[in-house]
Amino acid sequence: MTTITAAENASAVTGRKREPVKGSRSSTTTALLMLLPAGILLITFLLIPIGLTFGLAFTNARLISPRPAEFIGVDNFVRLFADDTFWASLRNTIIFAAVIVPVQSACALGLALLVNVKMRGTNFFRTVYFLPVVTSMVVVSMLWLFMYQKNGLINQVLLKFGIDGPDWLGDPHTALLAIILMSAWQAMGFHMVIWLSGLQTIPGELYEAAELDGAGNWEKFRYVTWPGLRATRTFILITITISAFALFTQVNIMTQGGPLDSTSTVVLMAVRTGFQQQQTGYASAISLVFFVLVLAVTLVNRYVTRDKDAR
Amino acid sequence: MKLTTTKRVAVGLLAAALPLSMAACTKGGSSSSGGAGGELTMWTHNAGNKAELAAITNIVNDYNKSQTKYKVKIQAFPQDSYNQSVVAAAASKKLPCILDIDGPNVPNWAWAGYLAPLDGLDAALSKYLPTVLGKWDNKTYSYGYYDVALVMVTRKTILDKYGIRVPTVDQPWTKDEFTAALKKIKASGDFANPLDIATSFTGEWWPYAYSPMLQSFGGDLINRDGYKTAEGSLNGPKAVEWATWFRSLVTDGLVPLKSGADPAKDFINGKSAILYNGTWTAVDTRKAFGKDTLFLPPPDLGNGPKIGGGSWQWGISQNCSDQAGALDYMKFAAQDKYVASVARDTNNIPATDAAAAQVKGYEKGGENQVFLDYAKKFAVLRPVTPGYPFIATEFTKTAQDILNGADPKTALDQAVKDIDANQKSNGYFQ
Repeated sequence: MTTITAAENASAVTGRKREPVKGSRSSTTTALLMLLPAGILLITFLLIPIGLTFGLAFTNARLISPRPAEFIGVDNFVRLFADDTFWASLRNTIIFAAVIVPVQSACALGLALLVNVKMRGTNFFRTVYFLPVVTSMVVVSMLWLFMYQKNGLINQVLLKFGIDGPDWLGDPHTALLAIILMSAWQAMGFHMVIWLSGLQTIPGELYEAAELDGAGNWEKFRYVTWPGLRATRTFILITITISAFALFTQVNIMTQGGPLDSTSTVVLMAVRTGFQQQQTGYASAISLVFFVLVLAVTLVNRYVTRDKDAR
Repeated sequence: MKLTTTKRVAVGLLAAALPLSMAACTKGGSSSSGGAGGELTMWTHNAGNKAELAAITNIVNDYNKSQTKYKVKIQAFPQDSYNQSVVAAAASKKLPCILDIDGPNVPNWAWAGYLAPLDGLDAALSKYLPTVLGKWDNKTYSYGYYDVALVMVTRKTILDKYGIRVPTVDQPWTKDEFTAALKKIKASGDFANPLDIATSFTGEWWPYAYSPMLQSFGGDLINRDGYKTAEGSLNGPKAVEWATWFRSLVTDGLVPLKSGADPAKDFINGKSAILYNGTWTAVDTRKAFGKDTLFLPPPDLGNGPKIGGGSWQWGISQNCSDQAGALDYMKFAAQDKYVASVARDTNNIPATDAAAAQVKGYEKGGENQVFLDYAKKFAVLRPVTPGYPFIATEFTKTAQDILNGADPKTALDQAVKDIDANQKSNGYFQ
């Protein structure tokens, strides 16, 4: 019961935010109280592990060992930067992100525009496009694993057009592409919904005005829709980038990083090193590099989007 | 108005959900206990293996009925995630009292202090096959009910059709004979795969199944004299020869780069002429082909045929609060009748001669006698060093890369470098 009261207070706070602040002490206390659960969760599961990662990265700590961890300076990083698998993983991660961000967001926008038209049956298509999102990634990966086989569904379809498809996941040249396609397919329904919410915040009058001015479909998209989606765009860019860098599940199930490291990713490498090979210290070093990488990308993202907001 | 109501409800729900999820977290944290109030927790990797789980459950039920002091409780895990679950539990000191362990991992866990030695079982265990006992530092930490032999499964009619000699324990195929036979089958075009070595299996299968081939060439995973370096063993001329041959199986079209999800089924359906697999396939293949089925020794690739030794074994954990109880169960479960029942239900090689006599097929002159011969004659233990789990992952990755076309020497050199670095950074596990 107390939580509900607190919630009511909180909604009162949000409702009042544009008025001059009155009785702010009690609302600050409420706000802090509301923050507490999330704060505790963040500290235990985010800040403390990150702090530990910083420390462990400079030791030779291992998962199973009676020997205490020793401080070994930057040895882990020297070893990491001399490791071919790491560079392959980094390259794959960057390629994955660079391809999936534009492809997935563009496809999602396309879908959103399609299901945004006022027509009967759009709800059916919305549901269909959203289905892969509510399916677990593990299940999706298993299904596509079968579809990608040498004599799987995809190659059978290609065969109808006279194309002899490759062994998608077994060939170093096509494995990463196959994973990119499947990941984009799985996640784009989610971003479609976000684009859709963005589209529906654009007032209809703007389109009517544009139509009066004689704008065609393309002009309406270019000068009304696109500018109207600025905030949505930023959000989508950031969420896709972050999830792209964290690529792990699909690869772990479908290829385990093979063949010849062609689908290995930084996160996969960290998990493999940390759990299967039991090298906690080295895995921490990998995670630290990953952290810096994501931080850098986020800062660039922030810089780009802040620039536009100021305009 | 409507909007604000919805908002209120949403915020309220959210606020209520948070403490709930916190509660779920704390509950999840304390789910496994070592062994309190006479209850002994037992972990097994058998969740996906009905027959073996049932056999173990039988022993546990018998034990729980035989006395009133302790009660063993089974928790089954799927094999794929079992090792990681145990390692994670070990790191947080939440290991169960009794657990099963894949044989080659025993030295690692014993060295780390997670397993307790099996004191007072020496007399019972002296009758076991040496490959089913997990030892480290002159102490026995685990025993298994069975061993498994690796065999080349095929049919007499196939070999006869192509004029291929049936090899025996004393006269296995030579490397040239083996390759010639595969090429002959390939040339006929009757089979999609002349040989299937089950490359679709993951995890421990790779070192278990393919490092014996390396050893048959004369190489090894590590130099077993002191376990200090893999230099010369894993990247010497013999090892490179193995790697080149291994890759040539794929490039010559004798072995599929990636096997189907169930290689035994492919063999039964006539897709593959010869199947390289563990003796666990004996039941299904015999059901399909009866007396026509042959279980042949692996070829002699230069240094005699080799097969992997050591399978899943049972041990007790150091942090079990009731060591006496765990040991009591281990003693009870080590009886010959249980060795016989588990081996029978899993179709594996019984670990004691007394049990073998009770399992159909393993009696003198029985149809499975040959498996026991292979296990006794060709079995090589995987390196007995706490560094083994690392060696295993390193070898798996290297062998996969080689099969996919990586340069043999470069790939093996890298593996040697990594393995040596790991042995060294652990002070050679002294």
